[in-house]
Amino acid sequence: MTQTLSPWARHRALERDWGSPKGWRSLSAVNHTVMGKRFMLAALAFFLVGGILALLMRAQLASHDSAFLDSELYSQIFTMHGTLMMFLFAIPMLEGFAFYLLPKMLGARDLAYPRLGAYAWWCYLFGGSILLIAMLLGLAPNSGWFMYTPLAGSEYRPGINSDVWLIGITFAEISAVCGAVELVATILKVRAPGMGLNKLPVFAWYMLVTAGMILAGFPPLILGSILLELERSLGWPFFDVARGGDPILWQHLFWLFGHPEVYIIFLPAAGMVSTMVPVFAQRPLVGYVWVVNSVIAVGFLSFGLWVHHMFTVGIPQLGMAFFSAASMLVAVPTAIQFFAWLATLWSGTVKWGVPMLYLAGFLFVFVIGGLTGVMLALVPFNVQVHDTHFVVAHLHYVLTGGLIFPLLAACHYWLPHITGRMPSGRMGSVAFWFIFIGFNLAFLPMHLTGLFGMPRRIYTYVQDMGWDALNQASSLGAFIQAVGFAIFLLDVMLFSRNGPLAPRNPWKAGGLEWAMATPPPSYNIASQPQVMDREPLWATPALGAQMAAGRHWLAQPSPGHRQTLSVDVVTGTPSAVLHLPGPGWLPLYSALTTAGFFLCVLFKLYAVSLGFAGLTLVLFLFWTWQGVVSARRITARDEVRLPAHGQVAGAPGWWGMASALIADGALFASLVFGCWYLRLFAPGWPTSGWTPVPWSMSIALCAGFLFMGMSAGRAGLAAFHEQTGRARGWLAATVSVSLLLLAGIAVLAVGMPDPTSHASAAAMRVLSVYMGLHAGLASVMAAYVLRRSWDRRAGIALDLSILRLWLRYTAVSGIVGVALLMYFPGVAL
Amino acid sequence: MLLMVLLAVWASLRPAARSSRGSRAALLWGGGVIFPLSVLIALLVYGHYPDGKAGGAAHGPPFRVQVHAHQWWWEVRYPDAGPVASGKDAPYDVNELHIPVNRPIHVELTSEDVIHSFWAPRLGGKMDAIPGRVNRLELMASEPGVYLGVCAEFCGAQHAHMAFRVVAHDGPAWLARQRPEDGGDPARVAERDRP
Repeated sequence: MTQTLSPWARHRALERDWGSPKGWRSLSAVNHTVMGKRFMLAALAFFLVGGILALLMRAQLASHDSAFLDSELYSQIFTMHGTLMMFLFAIPMLEGFAFYLLPKMLGARDLAYPRLGAYAWWCYLFGGSILLIAMLLGLAPNSGWFMYTPLAGSEYRPGINSDVWLIGITFAEISAVCGAVELVATILKVRAPGMGLNKLPVFAWYMLVTAGMILAGFPPLILGSILLELERSLGWPFFDVARGGDPILWQHLFWLFGHPEVYIIFLPAAGMVSTMVPVFAQRPLVGYVWVVNSVIAVGFLSFGLWVHHMFTVGIPQLGMAFFSAASMLVAVPTAIQFFAWLATLWSGTVKWGVPMLYLAGFLFVFVIGGLTGVMLALVPFNVQVHDTHFVVAHLHYVLTGGLIFPLLAACHYWLPHITGRMPSGRMGSVAFWFIFIGFNLAFLPMHLTGLFGMPRRIYTYVQDMGWDALNQASSLGAFIQAVGFAIFLLDVMLFSRNGPLAPRNPWKAGGLEWAMATPPPSYNIASQPQVMDREPLWATPALGAQMAAGRHWLAQPSPGHRQTLSVDVVTGTPSAVLHLPGPGWLPLYSALTTAGFFLCVLFKLYAVSLGFAGLTLVLFLFWTWQGVVSARRITARDEVRLPAHGQVAGAPGWWGMASALIADGALFASLVFGCWYLRLFAPGWPTSGWTPVPWSMSIALCAGFLFMGMSAGRAGLAAFHEQTGRARGWLAATVSVSLLLLAGIAVLAVGMPDPTSHASAAAMRVLSVYMGLHAGLASVMAAYVLRRSWDRRAGIALDLSILRLWLRYTAVSGIVGVALLMYFPGVAL
Repeated sequence: MLLMVLLAVWASLRPAARSSRGSRAALLWGGGVIFPLSVLIALLVYGHYPDGKAGGAAHGPPFRVQVHAHQWWWEVRYPDAGPVASGKDAPYDVNELHIPVNRPIHVELTSEDVIHSFWAPRLGGKMDAIPGRVNRLELMASEPGVYLGVCAEFCGAQHAHMAFRVVAHDGPAWLARQRPEDGGDPARVAERDRP
């Protein structure tokens, strides 16, 4: 039957199902190619703004006693430069690349949750816009991108500036976390058949680790931002020493996020390098297993070194030695990757092209950044140059070397894929030399500026410090670099419209993303290939034509459906057919109500903000209600019939919930860490004004949580045996128990001491809100599944397995929470 | 560093030749594991081993200086300056620390408002001044003279102007400063300090 369609007819049939709407309706698009490009374009816009801010700073510092910018403006500019580059350029740009590329590399037709990707983009755009609009109004955050308390607190920054940062960035971080959930579920479940973990494209490995790090690394900062916003707006004292808080807690939470963040930025870029280097050497990557393992090692190690940003706050000697050693250790897996690239170049013949030029620039710059990094890990050296321009130079070598150069290489390399046209080699190399020379001229002398004692974040300096010539060189370099970027952009813009048409697979690469027409059709591939090799196109050069001819999986279009295969996580054996949602307005509406929530918090309209939060929840419920699949079994290939994804355990939805719970768990762990940290290290503890929770109450709460943890399993069992009535009974019981729990926690919270009185009271209040929120959501979700059990067409097996995850998590975190409430504040240690 | 760049250049420019599996594994093991580990362990031991030769020969008990950081100035007190004559104020300085040479100085740092960081580059590393806690920075001046210092942690609008000076005095000058009423004469100081 599949042979009856010509490639052209198949293309038109698939395009009908997968094409994104045009005109103003394109705002409802969800396709990963569209969303990936939108992420990249928005990130580019934020990058340009951040770059202009950098030029303003360099203009100010070019000479001593400059009167170009005043102190307040300069503070806003350096805060915004760091914030834009880290949160609104680097992460979204890399997520955009991943959104665009991953399904294509994995031989799939879309990401696991196209609508979540669209929601993430809107959240990112709205969150970033809050910051940009504030900057245009002169109200930009001005306490540094690190927002140290108490400077960022309400006493020293009474204006709206800090709130703009806390709320805008939290909003944008929600986007990053949604993106990470999406990437994890996609890489694990949505691939071409036969692509086991050992055949995963190396970029997918890097992105899997990165996404895992985002899930674990962003929640500490989200928690920190919530706590600081609570302190600023409601006066709950988490960081105020006078009332039992501690400003150092903010630094811990910030760098618990902040150091992994550096690797979250570096790893995807390194993944691009690991993808491009073999292509230009025309040899497979040397030491694939080594590289994958070292990437995983970097992921874990990066969570153990945050304190090296805090060597000067007065940490005990032993602690410093530990973190110093851990900081150095991370050089080992990085060196393994570096030598794997060298060995790959070594084993092949290098074809020089513009991307290879940028890769060479990356290797050079990144080695310098890595070496100064090892220097900074040494405590005696660190306490001397910490917070000087030496660190500024180091971090730009690491981040620009580690991110910008690979990114520019990637732009040139994948541009023919995105636009179908080749960029110019000549203009590309001219741009490279401007950027490379400008960059080194700007930042190499800056190491010396720092060693000569120039601190960071000063808006002016006096003559006779010996800093003038070095600063002039840096400023000159910055402007040369800017010219380079302008040439680069011009090149990209001109040639994406008028360049020569790109041939198929112009770089002779081995990856699946080159097995399709360029620019890619909306459905990517007409049939999903059976993958037997890490570089499928090198093994089977004709694979692209075979796929277009429909000789592989899912070649038969199914009108009205967007289908792609879901595979076993480890082996890549196809297990189900995913039905993905098409364009819709729910992502935009939900992002709008989310924006309404954040804006109301920003302008202190708390009652209205609760309304928006409820509205967002309702929209999310509508969202999940859609996407019903009727057909029970679908023909995926001659003779092979697969179930729809809703019928199988371990569907992408389950993995998505599991990933989201990792992030939630990291948030809860940060909260517990914060409580213990304050309890042990903050001045002004223990506190006397605390009455412990009564025994009867805590036993009742624990019993409720235990019941909750068990009931979903019972409901699942009943549903499995097709005892629908029984399953409904368990679900109804779950709803009532969660509501009782919510009521119990509310009673408890009302009886607590005034949260503005002491950090302990505030922490306990936050803990109970967390527990109450989870119990409340549990009741909503259980009621939702209960209602859904009457919807005959959709089996509720998948819903029940997702609900079970949530209830068990709520039960465990709830019991830990009750234990903390009982024992924590009153007991003298 | 130079080695890595040379290797990279050589690897990319040399003519086609397939290297054996063995040499690639050697590159990964040698360059990726053995080389960085050996260098790092040596550095770590060196960095944490107290070398005890910072500056000249130290003598005398540590001299404490209490520094309270404010937005945007430094308040300096000397608890070890000896008994204060009646009718006089305890010694007190703003944006200046006066210390004796060749004696270990313990700077006790705290902040009255936001976080600042005390840094006199030629005397040693920096240490943060944090509200609610007291951090101790140990330093010593082996030569008399004036040492410049700055605030190294961003602390608000006038962060760039929050500088200070450390003035190190040698023996007689130090005594004269400590006990102006004794004219800096060691004999008279000793006489008066006798119980």
